[in-house]
Amino acid sequence: MARQSSFRNFAIGSTLLWISIFVIVPYAFVIVVSFLTRDADTNIRWIFTVENYRELVSPVFLEVCKESLWLAFGTTVLSLLAAYPFAYLLTRIPENVRRFLILLMIIPFWTSSLIRTYSLIILFKANGLVNTVLLALGLTDQPVELLYTQGAVFIGLVYALLPFMIMPLYSALQKMDRRLIEAARDLGARGWQIFFKIVLPITMPGIMAGCTMVFLPALGLFYIPDLVGGARTMLIGNYIKNQYLTTGNWPVGSAASVVLTVFLCLFLYGYYLSSRNAHTKQGVEGGLV
Amino acid sequence: MKKTFKYFYLVLVYLFLYTPILVLIVFSFNKTKYSTNWKGFTLEWYRQLFENEPLMEALGNSLMIALSSSICATFLGTLAALAFYRYRFWGRKVMYSFIYVVMMSPDIVMGISLLMFFISLGLEPGALTLLLAHITFCLPFVVVTVYARISGFDHHIIDVAKDLGASELKMFWHVMMPMIMPAIVAGWLLSFTLSLDDVVVSFFTTGPYFEILPLKIYSMVRLGIKPEINALSTMMLLLSLVTVTISHLVIKENKQ
Repeated sequence: MARQSSFRNFAIGSTLLWISIFVIVPYAFVIVVSFLTRDADTNIRWIFTVENYRELVSPVFLEVCKESLWLAFGTTVLSLLAAYPFAYLLTRIPENVRRFLILLMIIPFWTSSLIRTYSLIILFKANGLVNTVLLALGLTDQPVELLYTQGAVFIGLVYALLPFMIMPLYSALQKMDRRLIEAARDLGARGWQIFFKIVLPITMPGIMAGCTMVFLPALGLFYIPDLVGGARTMLIGNYIKNQYLTTGNWPVGSAASVVLTVFLCLFLYGYYLSSRNAHTKQGVEGGLV
Repeated sequence: MKKTFKYFYLVLVYLFLYTPILVLIVFSFNKTKYSTNWKGFTLEWYRQLFENEPLMEALGNSLMIALSSSICATFLGTLAALAFYRYRFWGRKVMYSFIYVVMMSPDIVMGISLLMFFISLGLEPGALTLLLAHITFCLPFVVVTVYARISGFDHHIIDVAKDLGASELKMFWHVMMPMIMPAIVAGWLLSFTLSLDDVVVSFFTTGPYFEILPLKIYSMVRLGIKPEINALSTMMLLLSLVTVTISHLVIKENKQ
């Protein structure tokens, strides 16, 4: 009996301890620091203030926020538009080929996004492959500046995050009961009706999951704009990084992180709502079939 | 017509995903340093890579951290998954939701939270802080993988083992462990890859005296293209390829 409870206590204790020390305490500390005063020597002084949040409504941060949200939003939309038909087509491929195709899709998911970003640079630099092809085809008579533009940042982010959109979409489409579509067709629904009234609502949790997994990292992946966008493009991630490394302003960096986490919570709530709705819908409609 | 379009679109997306990687691999064997023309096959960049001591040291550090953090994360994560599945305890739900918070929260928030935490504790950023940070961000992936596997099987097996007189520890070791082994291996491989590839959290949690590969690559790439980096990236890609293939096979076996 004593040994049973000692194993139990060890398993529970180590879990509680690790999560408390390395997750809960540091995250709580971020919130606390976001309300403290900056100090040049000790980083923070224990004087309460909301000044850091006021700093965030300054034009500088709002501009960063606007650009960052625009980039993240654009990346999410582009990824969704590219990934949805892809994931759908993938479910229609014969099983034996599909296994291989899925493996091919997972590999980029597992490879370092830094290295993949670097491979984009090779492709896009002034004397890179894309420019060589463009020149050879006579589409341009001098190398086009592809790197260090907003377009490059978009491509970089989509390239890094596309697998994160495909995976949840594929699993949602895969799980969908195909009899629903047949039933709708038998009842005389048109293609677009089937898509908007059945497929889209049922796969909504997958869409939300994919969007979350693309949108949130897209706000924070500071090294992608750093590498392909030059210094011109700033994400919230770059802003936070600069607060810690360049200006050494912990409180403002913390406040910006809190704002980023609030975005996260909103997204997770949206995911929760959409999956709840989809469950009831599939339940009701599935019951009718 | 419809069928051709279907394959065309799939091929297009795969081309988008793979062209840059393949170009990178091809260029790591290209004789010329700067232009994009093919000037012949060479292993020169690989030779330079192996002679580049700081880079090799960073590679060693990275492998060491990835290996130790993934083993620790797998151990802790498996224990945690068992605890979450088997026991009801105070704070269980809150802790489990924190597992998801860690997995979903932007890397940068985790990076800065740990940075401030370690510095406030007086810990010098370096190997130890990096190890602790990596264990922390790998942990949820192990927990989720193993938990999904445990909740998939018939829980009566546990009752049977207990009825036959197995102690709690024996039951875990002889009954549950063999069943969740594939998930443990998958979780471990995933942790290893995550740790090896991480840029953002490492950026904040390591110091100038303990350099790891992704950060080294990051700082080198900012200064421009280097052929050794092509060679190094190719090797890293190969490593990921091996890991993902193994884990894929393990999981597939697991399903059968």
